[in-house]
Amino acid sequence: MALMLDLAAQGAQMSLVLALAPGLLGLTRKIKARLLRRRGPPIVQPYRDLAKLLRKEAVVAENASWLFRSAPYMIFVATWVAASLIPTFATGLIFSWTADLIAITALLGSARFFLALVGMDVGTSFGGIGSSREAMFATLAEPAMIMISFTVALIAGSTQLSSVAEHMLSHLELRVSLGLALFGLIIVALAENARIPVDNPATHLELTMVHEAMILEYSGRHLAVIEMAAALKLLLYVSLAACIFAPWGLAPPGAGPLFWAIGVVAYLFKLLAGGCMLAVFETSIAKMRVFRVPELLGAALMLGFLGVLLLFVSRSL
Amino acid sequence: MGRLAFDLAHLLAGSLVLLSLLMLYQDRMFSLIRIFAFHAIVLSMSVAWQAFTQGAPHLYITAAIALLFKAFIIPVSLHRIVVRLEVHREIEVVGGVGITMLIGIGLIALSLAVMLPATASADPLAREDLAFALSVVLLGLLMMVTRRNAVTQIIGFMSLENGLILAAAGAKGMPLVVEISVAFSVLIAFIVIGVFLFRIRERFDSVDVGVLEFSRGERQ
Amino acid sequence: MPLALALWYVAGLLVLSVAAIAMRGLPRASAIVYAACGAIAFALLFGAAQRLIAFPDATARLTLPLGLPWIGARFRLDALSCFFLVVINLGAVGACLYAIGYGAHEKEPGRILPFFPAFVAGMNCVVVADDAFTFLVSWEFMSLASWALVLAHHDEAENRRAGFVYIVMASLGATALLLAFGLLAGPSGGYDFATIAATPRPEWLAGLVVVLALVGAGSKAGLAPLHVWLPLAHPAAPSHVSALMSGAMTKVAVYGFIRIVFDLVGPVQLWWSVVMMLLGAGSAVLGVMFAAIERDLKRLLAYSTIENIGVVFTGLGLAMAFKANNIEWAAALAFSAALLHVLNHSLFKSLLFFGAGAVLGATGLRDIEKLGGLIHRMPRSSFAMLGAAMAISALPPLNGFVSEWLLFQAVLVSPALPQWGLKLMTPAVGAALALAAALGAAAFVRMFGIVYLGRPRSPAAIKATETDPWSLAAMFLVLALCLSLGVAPGLVLDAIAPVAHALIGARLPEQSTMAWLTVAPIAEARSSYNGLLVFAFIAISTLTAIEVIHRFGSRAIRRASAWDCGFPNDDPATQYTASSFAQPIRRVFGNIVFSARENVDMPAPGDSRAAHLTVETTDRIWSWIYEPLTGAINRIATSINRLQFLTIRGYLSLVFAALVALLLTVATWR
Repeated sequence: MALMLDLAAQGAQMSLVLALAPGLLGLTRKIKARLLRRRGPPIVQPYRDLAKLLRKEAVVAENASWLFRSAPYMIFVATWVAASLIPTFATGLIFSWTADLIAITALLGSARFFLALVGMDVGTSFGGIGSSREAMFATLAEPAMIMISFTVALIAGSTQLSSVAEHMLSHLELRVSLGLALFGLIIVALAENARIPVDNPATHLELTMVHEAMILEYSGRHLAVIEMAAALKLLLYVSLAACIFAPWGLAPPGAGPLFWAIGVVAYLFKLLAGGCMLAVFETSIAKMRVFRVPELLGAALMLGFLGVLLLFVSRSL
Repeated sequence: MGRLAFDLAHLLAGSLVLLSLLMLYQDRMFSLIRIFAFHAIVLSMSVAWQAFTQGAPHLYITAAIALLFKAFIIPVSLHRIVVRLEVHREIEVVGGVGITMLIGIGLIALSLAVMLPATASADPLAREDLAFALSVVLLGLLMMVTRRNAVTQIIGFMSLENGLILAAAGAKGMPLVVEISVAFSVLIAFIVIGVFLFRIRERFDSVDVGVLEFSRGERQ
Repeated sequence: MPLALALWYVAGLLVLSVAAIAMRGLPRASAIVYAACGAIAFALLFGAAQRLIAFPDATARLTLPLGLPWIGARFRLDALSCFFLVVINLGAVGACLYAIGYGAHEKEPGRILPFFPAFVAGMNCVVVADDAFTFLVSWEFMSLASWALVLAHHDEAENRRAGFVYIVMASLGATALLLAFGLLAGPSGGYDFATIAATPRPEWLAGLVVVLALVGAGSKAGLAPLHVWLPLAHPAAPSHVSALMSGAMTKVAVYGFIRIVFDLVGPVQLWWSVVMMLLGAGSAVLGVMFAAIERDLKRLLAYSTIENIGVVFTGLGLAMAFKANNIEWAAALAFSAALLHVLNHSLFKSLLFFGAGAVLGATGLRDIEKLGGLIHRMPRSSFAMLGAAMAISALPPLNGFVSEWLLFQAVLVSPALPQWGLKLMTPAVGAALALAAALGAAAFVRMFGIVYLGRPRSPAAIKATETDPWSLAAMFLVLALCLSLGVAPGLVLDAIAPVAHALIGARLPEQSTMAWLTVAPIAEARSSYNGLLVFAFIAISTLTAIEVIHRFGSRAIRRASAWDCGFPNDDPATQYTASSFAQPIRRVFGNIVFSARENVDMPAPGDSRAAHLTVETTDRIWSWIYEPLTGAINRIATSINRLQFLTIRGYLSLVFAALVALLLTVATWR
């Protein structure tokens, strides 16, 4: 019986991230629009878009290969698995020890690997430009993410996100390294999610576009699945930041459904806060020239490394 | 001393190092001056916090001097100099930003590796302050080495001096007279450099120190 | 498997190579030789694996009356040898299976067949040798056999140059190893490994031995800055030989290094680990950056080998750092990670070379700028290559990720080190490894995307056909191993544990007792990874997603021409090329690493001449170290050349002077 409950909690987490991801996207768009004094689409618009895309037939280029048709599912699933391994409303779920922070980073790497590949499948120059830039960003964003993981793992003494969240809850303290890690994580998250200042999620056909260029040839259900993966990725980074830097409200391991309910409410508030901050940030900053992005990501890498270095100065390590 | 006191001191000193790195990264003149002013504010906060935790009221004066001169007077006058010299375009960096940042990180690691074992027996607060102070000094020097523009070199020099103040605040027992005299000597140095800047500009039509090498016959 | 049986197998390989000379005229000679070689290698593989699992702590020794009369040839079989026997023969079995099909393309099989079994035999001999003489002779035998294989296609000038550079570097390495063993044996001349290990020696001498071993083994393994022969020799050799050289021979070099440094030379000193980590991390980053901009398919893979060898050496360096500080459990973690990476790399690199060989066989091209769209024409081999590219990019759930992950876990133990320099350096090394992994992923996205995806860029690529079934069987066999190692790494880690125990004095916690095949190198609360569950999660979620979407959404597909923002162009030249794909990476890292220079030749307005953009990149190590060196050697050689034109009296006086000098030396030495 207990096992069933554990499995149900894990299943609930998987469905929860899936259900909330488009909502977060819709929320961000809405707030952004309001900040620009537009009315903006309703928050549920991404759900409607996805439903519509799923029902449409998929138009596939004549020379597209089997990879073109299967990769969207790989991208989606890798992101989904990664997102559902991050504690959202409870720590210590039954499969939480399946993968740690480094493995989650690598799972996102798998998703990106396929995304960059399918950009090149049809053989258009737009796809190539997107893939090549994505690959360049990834070469810096991924090590930055690993260094951030190092900082967090050295503080918490674990790379396991459940243990990290528990440690952060029980040892509340001000640390430069954590600040640096948060700063770095924000930069990485902006780059990985193709947000301003790295990429503009609202435009097509701009020479600086990265993410949109790779998926230009997609339509119908394939596009829906990729869009869903993108939404999940945004949710993933917000939940990751929430889990490490604001673990309040997370249900402890072995807690009952009441704690889970509290955890879900807290999680919803965290998502709301994250969406608001993202929208405010995006409206207050301009997009960067593409070759300034490596400098930004290099700065994130340096921040992560500096975070590790400064750990050794502080007392408790 | 409580844990919060330590955490806060650590946070402030660490931010100082971070701001030094940010200055290395920044290649726009006005932003650079703004970061420098912020650097000074964080420094004065750090010194004031030291004054509070050590119970050393004379450090408040140091903090006030740092705040007044370095966070307000010098940045404002630098700003005016830049406007009058019309050098607010992007700064030329010797070598890439990436390499400079890498060297900067390496310098921080070096200063930690030198300072922490050497002062293992010291009070933890003074110890990490010294390590951070050395990093700030080294980063300031690095900035002076890697920048061509004379104005940015001044900023590098000033941030270097901020590192010295941080070290002085951490090491208990530094007399007030020394600190005040250091502060004033820096101010005088600033004025002298400022005057020279205008003279250089009059004569060579540029504040790129590379140009000076022509007049010395080092480059044709 | 008793040691004697293993030696019989090796002898069988040697007999086979002699027989191959006799058989070279037969029509099916190559299939027979490769099949026989593969069978013997499989027997060795099976025996070694069985011994590693069943009798992990047993050491067998044997002395044969061969070689120097007063020493004999000593052999031994312990856990470390068994592990490397597994690595070598796994590579050999795959290569033989592949070559049964691939060997049919060979124009002159007589140039390859005799040397191939000899090469395999040489590698096997190195890892079972138990005295310096046998070790060095086997080492040289392996080098020479592989050199002959590199020169198999000697009619191309490029290959002759590769052979020359290779033999020079191999001689350099062998000389260094010879000196290292000379110093190890000492004045008393105890050449067998047991005596060497038992002899105490001063610290400076041990340090010197380690430096020499690093030069000797590092030059064979491809550690920067001794890597220069690798990107030349690997493309020159036939593909199954490249696979074996990259997958197995570089690992034999790693074995030599481990044997000398962890077993023979005595207590580990701290500064060795610093040198190792810096060299390893440097090789990893440098190798992968060159892989990311390289146009020649096989050379790209060779550069990636340099990266992976760098990763292995970094792990070994980390293990040394922990061992020197007596933190044995962490040393065992880093050491196991390095060994697991040895096995992993031998697998996926073999597979990648098989795939490259299939492309070469189908199109005759190695330049990836002329390929493209092969996924349509070679669907099966492209699937295997996709798996290999994922594995080498360290992506879960495949095997490359597991060793990378273990290495990161070892890096995270670095605060336990007491030295400040090491404490601060180790995370930097970790950052370099992460950078190398990310760049590796970019390099292999580029490789796969340009070669297999898009539209064909040359007539040869249009006419490509799928490779033969033997090659495919070899590729899928190795791919299956890559996946199973990624899904159940705990079993392999348990098999490696006795090796770590013998050399480090500690072992990882037993992994096979963990639930669901989880890997938890330190403790589960600290870090754990479960490849099986990740794989299961991915598989189940994929099937569910497809099922749900197809049932409740739409499953209709319409083929149409590409959208491309409304301006599709059928010309394959409009695609992104390999060079343009690498341009952002080259631009970001270009100045530092490659000293890249772009020359734009833009015609004046009104001039209808085509514009040209050329990019020059140089390997700075080549221009900074090797060019001055070759220049100096040339100058010395020219000046010594005068000795060729002396009178007879002159020669006599030279001989006389040499004799007197020797006598003087003897007189003063006493």
